[in-house]
Amino acid sequence: MDHHDTTSPTGPRTELLRFTTAGSVDDGKSTLIGRLLHDSKSILEDQMEALQRSADLTGGGEVNLANLTDGLRAEREQSITIDVAYRYFATPRRKFIVADTPGHVQYTRNMVTGASTANLAVILIDARKGVIEQTRRHAYLAALLGIPHLLVCVNKMDLVDFEEDVFRKIETDFSDFATRLSTRDITFIPASALKGDNIVTRSARMPWYDGPTLLNHLEEVYIANDRNLVDGRFPVQYVIRPRTAEHPDFRGFAGQIAGGVFRVGDPVLALPSGRTSRIKSIHTLDGALDVAYAPMSVTLQLEDEIDISRGDMIVAPDNPPHVESAFDAMLCWMDQQPLDPRRKYILQHNTHTVRAMIRHQHYRVDIQALTHEPEAGPLALNEIGRVTLRTTAPLIFDGYARNRHTGSFVLVDEVSHQTVAAGMIEAPPVEPPKPEFVEYAI
Amino acid sequence: METTKPETYPFSHLQMLEAEAIQIMREVAALFERPTLMFSGGKDSICLLRLAEKAFHPARIPFPLLNIDTGHNFPELIEFRDRRAQELNAKLIVRTVEDAIAAGIARPVPGETSRNRLQIPTLLAAIEEFRFDCAIGGARRDEEKARAKERVFSFRDAFGQWDPKNQRPELWNLYNGHIHPDEHMRVFPLSNWTEMDVWQYIARESLELPSIYFSHERQVVRRDNQWLPVSDLLPLKKNEEPQTLNVRVRTIGDISCTGCITSEAATVEDIIAEVAAARVTERGSRADDKRSEAAMEDRKKEGYF
Repeated sequence: MDHHDTTSPTGPRTELLRFTTAGSVDDGKSTLIGRLLHDSKSILEDQMEALQRSADLTGGGEVNLANLTDGLRAEREQSITIDVAYRYFATPRRKFIVADTPGHVQYTRNMVTGASTANLAVILIDARKGVIEQTRRHAYLAALLGIPHLLVCVNKMDLVDFEEDVFRKIETDFSDFATRLSTRDITFIPASALKGDNIVTRSARMPWYDGPTLLNHLEEVYIANDRNLVDGRFPVQYVIRPRTAEHPDFRGFAGQIAGGVFRVGDPVLALPSGRTSRIKSIHTLDGALDVAYAPMSVTLQLEDEIDISRGDMIVAPDNPPHVESAFDAMLCWMDQQPLDPRRKYILQHNTHTVRAMIRHQHYRVDIQALTHEPEAGPLALNEIGRVTLRTTAPLIFDGYARNRHTGSFVLVDEVSHQTVAAGMIEAPPVEPPKPEFVEYAI
Repeated sequence: METTKPETYPFSHLQMLEAEAIQIMREVAALFERPTLMFSGGKDSICLLRLAEKAFHPARIPFPLLNIDTGHNFPELIEFRDRRAQELNAKLIVRTVEDAIAAGIARPVPGETSRNRLQIPTLLAAIEEFRFDCAIGGARRDEEKARAKERVFSFRDAFGQWDPKNQRPELWNLYNGHIHPDEHMRVFPLSNWTEMDVWQYIARESLELPSIYFSHERQVVRRDNQWLPVSDLLPLKKNEEPQTLNVRVRTIGDISCTGCITSEAATVEDIIAEVAAARVTERGSRADDKRSEAAMEDRKKEGYF
């Protein structure tokens, strides 16, 4: 397909794949991204010139592809990646957004950040080192953040003479470990990012490998299913009331569909009020739609005048979400100041903002051994654990495993306004009883 | 039961970027009391404006437009800026570097012709004057390395400064818009767009553009490896010989430092083909970014957009 085709009403039909890369400092992660950008011809002459300039300055004269992504001065000086860097490249089939995150242990918060929006995680393993603690940690975080696809790139194959046995052993070791993870789609690719083997072009030096190159896989992996198209979820973001001569009575609920498919005429349930209505129209600047689905940003009009405001959710009535003010969640702590169980935090969930307290910490995850520590102290920076939260008003949510948008939240410090934690809600073990308020529905 | 086969519900990358940007626009309207949208008339801010229209239609865009005018302009851009604001019935606030210099807010550095840097104090003064708590900008992460690490909601302290090492983590589509008085937020709905995405969107939406984006005849002079437009603001050096060429601009800044590229591209489709084949980035034609490897990072820390 021609990706410059602009004749279709929705523009070119290329898909978007977001992926994250994880690896330790020396796994060649930045080199890998540099290689993808370079070999897919996404590095342009002035960038190459700048690389060449800094290569000549820092001696050696060899261009360091890592300098393409490590943009901040401190990073180049220390040869490390401090923060999540976003990179962009495209092939005729897909556009790619790469969240390049640092791999060292103290930067878990950045990996979690990059992983939160990713369809796929590239996990880099140094062929000489095999599956190490850090590999397991990265895979665990990818699974925790609900990334549907894992691509395990066994890198630096040139340094083990492109031996198939080395690759197969790593494949087996990782697969054994991965049985403990929720991720089902795992692909293994032997490569050398530095030399370019199996990144964009097929390696002639590993004839025993007949799978896709890394870029092939990124272009082909099936992602249309990553969206939840089953549970109708529409968090109301903003109420549109023009009050103009042209639209005196227009009242529309603006938002981005977080799950499912909505059609004109569909019955809907407004939460937390419990009132029911039907969809009168799906409004956009480009005209009314008959159907809208995740993740479109649209404006819904309902047939009945019901009181709905930001923070409410319009849902499909046949399988409503949970409505609770106490629930369990996996929490990743991201602030210098540890979790304080006496404190109230601002909790942002979808378009809804409430206050929350952490009532109980069940355990901390030992991120090295991947075991639970029930007796651990309150979560500190870069630590992960399971907690019970209580909120000042009920949240309307699904389990994170079912819906990454209605199942996630962040905590914000009331005074410093720092984002201190990211949370993934664990669905209650039993299906919730039909909420009482349904009785009052019209 | 309706089918839930994903193929029935296609979603292209442009739809994805658009849905994301509209969601960001609406968050701004919901979370801030006095937001503004920075509109220069350049191609990125033209996309921003369309996204704002889409986010709030059929209501008007619920915030004023703001332009920091260097005074070193392409006249075509100013004409376009004013006309678009009028067509949308939007309030346009213009604050000029000229006035900021006269008021002593902005202080020109001897020997520096470009006024891009002087936009910083001018912008910060405008933010203070109107007590804006949020300014929406058209910056993209693909433009420059320092921008690659900036958040969609980019926090600025009471001095308007950006601290790259102390940014708030940003997860899912949850944006932390909490600020104290005197602090403000810069919000970049086009963060994940590339130059190509912008052009494809302009084509898809049939957006009107200032004429200087398309090939036109212009007097230019070769300096620092680029074609600079001849104007009163660009005194010719000895041995410099102006030429008349068919050129267009790829990105627009202060006219004294905006390089033109030779081009025959007369339509958006031509430009898309040209961008696809380009061998330098668009910022490669901006002399102000070439000063040092961390030029953009330094300006951003001071409050640049």
